[in-house]
Amino acid sequence: MKTLVQIENVGMRFETRKGSFDALRDINLQINEGEVVSLIGHSGCGKSTLLNLIAGLTLPTAGGLICNGREISGPGPDRAVVFQNHSLLPWLSCFENVYLGVERVFGARENKARLRERTQAALEMVHMAHAANKLPGEVSGGMKQRVGIARAFAMEPKILLMDEPFGALDALTRAALQDELIGVMEKTGATVVMVTHDVDEAVLLSDRVVMMTNGPAATIGEILPVPLAKPRNRLALASDAEFIRCRTAILEFLYQKQIRKAA
Amino acid sequence: MSTLPLTPATETSPTMAPPSPQSASMSQPSKLAPAPQASPSGDRLRHVIRQILQAFIPPLCGFGLLLAIWAIIAMTNKSIPGPIAVWHSAVPLFSDPFYSNGPNDQGIGWNILSSLRRVGLGFGFAALVGIPAGFLLGRFNFLNRALDPVIALLRPVSPLAWLPIGLLVFKRADPAATWTIFICSIWPMILNTAQGVRRVPQDYMNVARVLNLSEMKIITKILFPSVLPYMLTGIRLSIGTAWLVIVAAEMLTGGVGIGFWVWDEWNNMNVQHIIIAIFVIGLIGLLLEQVLLLIARRFSFETE
Repeated sequence: MKTLVQIENVGMRFETRKGSFDALRDINLQINEGEVVSLIGHSGCGKSTLLNLIAGLTLPTAGGLICNGREISGPGPDRAVVFQNHSLLPWLSCFENVYLGVERVFGARENKARLRERTQAALEMVHMAHAANKLPGEVSGGMKQRVGIARAFAMEPKILLMDEPFGALDALTRAALQDELIGVMEKTGATVVMVTHDVDEAVLLSDRVVMMTNGPAATIGEILPVPLAKPRNRLALASDAEFIRCRTAILEFLYQKQIRKAA
Repeated sequence: MSTLPLTPATETSPTMAPPSPQSASMSQPSKLAPAPQASPSGDRLRHVIRQILQAFIPPLCGFGLLLAIWAIIAMTNKSIPGPIAVWHSAVPLFSDPFYSNGPNDQGIGWNILSSLRRVGLGFGFAALVGIPAGFLLGRFNFLNRALDPVIALLRPVSPLAWLPIGLLVFKRADPAATWTIFICSIWPMILNTAQGVRRVPQDYMNVARVLNLSEMKIITKILFPSVLPYMLTGIRLSIGTAWLVIVAAEMLTGGVGIGFWVWDEWNNMNVQHIIIAIFVIGLIGLLLEQVLLLIARRFSFETE
C-alpha cells in the first residue's frame, strides 16, 4: 500500500511568555492511502497539534512532514480539515459554504453547472440536500457538522483531517454521524486522520489507533491495529470479542499506563 | 486604549433562531394535549390584543408622566408654555412646513432637511475616510500602534472646538459645519471597524487558509461580512453624535437648519417653537437610530 503521509522525527515547541514549551517530540508515523487513523490521548497531549501540523496550519520546529511526496509547508485543499466547531461561515448558506471549497479546487477546470452538481452531490451524501439554502444558524449542531464534512469531502482531498469532529455533539447525534461517516468513507475510500477522545469512536472508525503519551513533550505511546472487517456495524460489534479486545487495550493504555494525575 | 463597548450581535436579541426540528417535533404532542375549549381563533385574538396592550401601555404611561411634569412646570413658571399652548403653535407650523420667505425665514421642513443634508455630507466623507482607515488599523499592527495615541488624544475633543479651524480653512459657515460633523463622526467608525477586523474569528481565517482562498475571496467572503456588524455599530454611534453636534454647530454658524432655527426662535422669544424643536430633534435622532438598528439586525449572524 502506498504511503501518503510520512511524519519523521517531528517535534513542536511553542515559545510562550513563561519560556518555551515542548508540546511534541520524536513523532514518527506513516499513513497509508485509504487508511483511517485515530489519534487518541488525554487532553493536552498534543493530538490536535499533530493534526494541525499535518494540515500545515502550524509548522514543526523539528523534523519534517511529507504528504504525497512533497514537504508540507502550509495548508492546502489537498488536506481538507473538518473543524470541531464546524467553522461554517454564518453569512453563507449551507450550499454556499460547500461551494466555496468546490469552487476553489475545481473552479479553474470545470464550469459553474458542474461545480453546483458537485456541491449538491456532497450535500446529498451527508443527507443535507433539503437544507441547502438554509443559513448555518438555522440548522442544528449535528446538521452543521454534516455540512462541514460535506465541505471537506466535496474538495476531494488526498487526506481528510478531522479534529474531534463529533466532540461538541450529544451521544445520539454523534452515533448517527459516525454511522454516516462510515458510509461516506466506504463510498469514497478516503484517507482520514481523526483526533478523538472517545474510545468507542476510535475503534469503530479506524484501521489503526495511535495512542499518545501525556504532555508536555508528548509522543506516540502505542499503535493499535484494529483488524475488524469493514463495513462495520455498531450493534454487531457491541458483543464482538475482537472489538472488546481493542477497546480494552486502549482503555488500559489511557487509564493504567498514562493515568492522568490531576484530572 | 479602551474602545467603545461594542457587541453588535448581542444587541439584536430577537434574531431568528428557529427551534431545531427535533425539539419542534417533540413539543408538538404536548401542545395538542389540552382539549380546545373556547374557539381557538377567539383565544388567539385575545392573546394578540393582550400582547398589543402589554407593548403599548408602559410607553404611554411614560409619555403621560412627561406631559404631566411639563404641565406642572408650565403652571408654576409662566415663561414656559404648557403642552396645549405648544400644540396650538405646532399645528400651523407643520401645516406649512415648506414655505420660504428668504434665508432667515423658512419652513420647519426646510430647516430639518438642510440639517440632515449637512449631517449626511459630513458623515459620508467621514465614512469614506474612516472605514478604510479602520480596516488598515485593524490589519496592520504598526499603523495601529502609531495612530492609537493620536486618536486617543483627538477623540475626546469637543467637535465644536474644531469649528474655528473649519471656518479658517473654508472661509464659509456651511462647509465649516460639515467639517465639524466630519471630525466628530470619524472616530467611532475608525475604532469600531478596526476592532471588527481584529476580532475576525481565527476559525474563519483557518478555513480561508485550508481552502487556500484568494485574497479577494477572503475580503469579500470572510473579512467584510464579519466586520460588517462592527462597522454598522460605528456608523450608528457616528450618526448619533453627528445629530447631537449639528444643532450646536448650526447655532454658531447660522444659515438654514434646525439648530439655527432654535437660536432664531430664542431671539424671537418664541419658546413654543423651541420646545417643538426639541421634540423634532429627538424624534429624528430616534428614527436615524432605529433605521440603522434595523439594518444592523439584517446583517448580524449567529456566530456560534
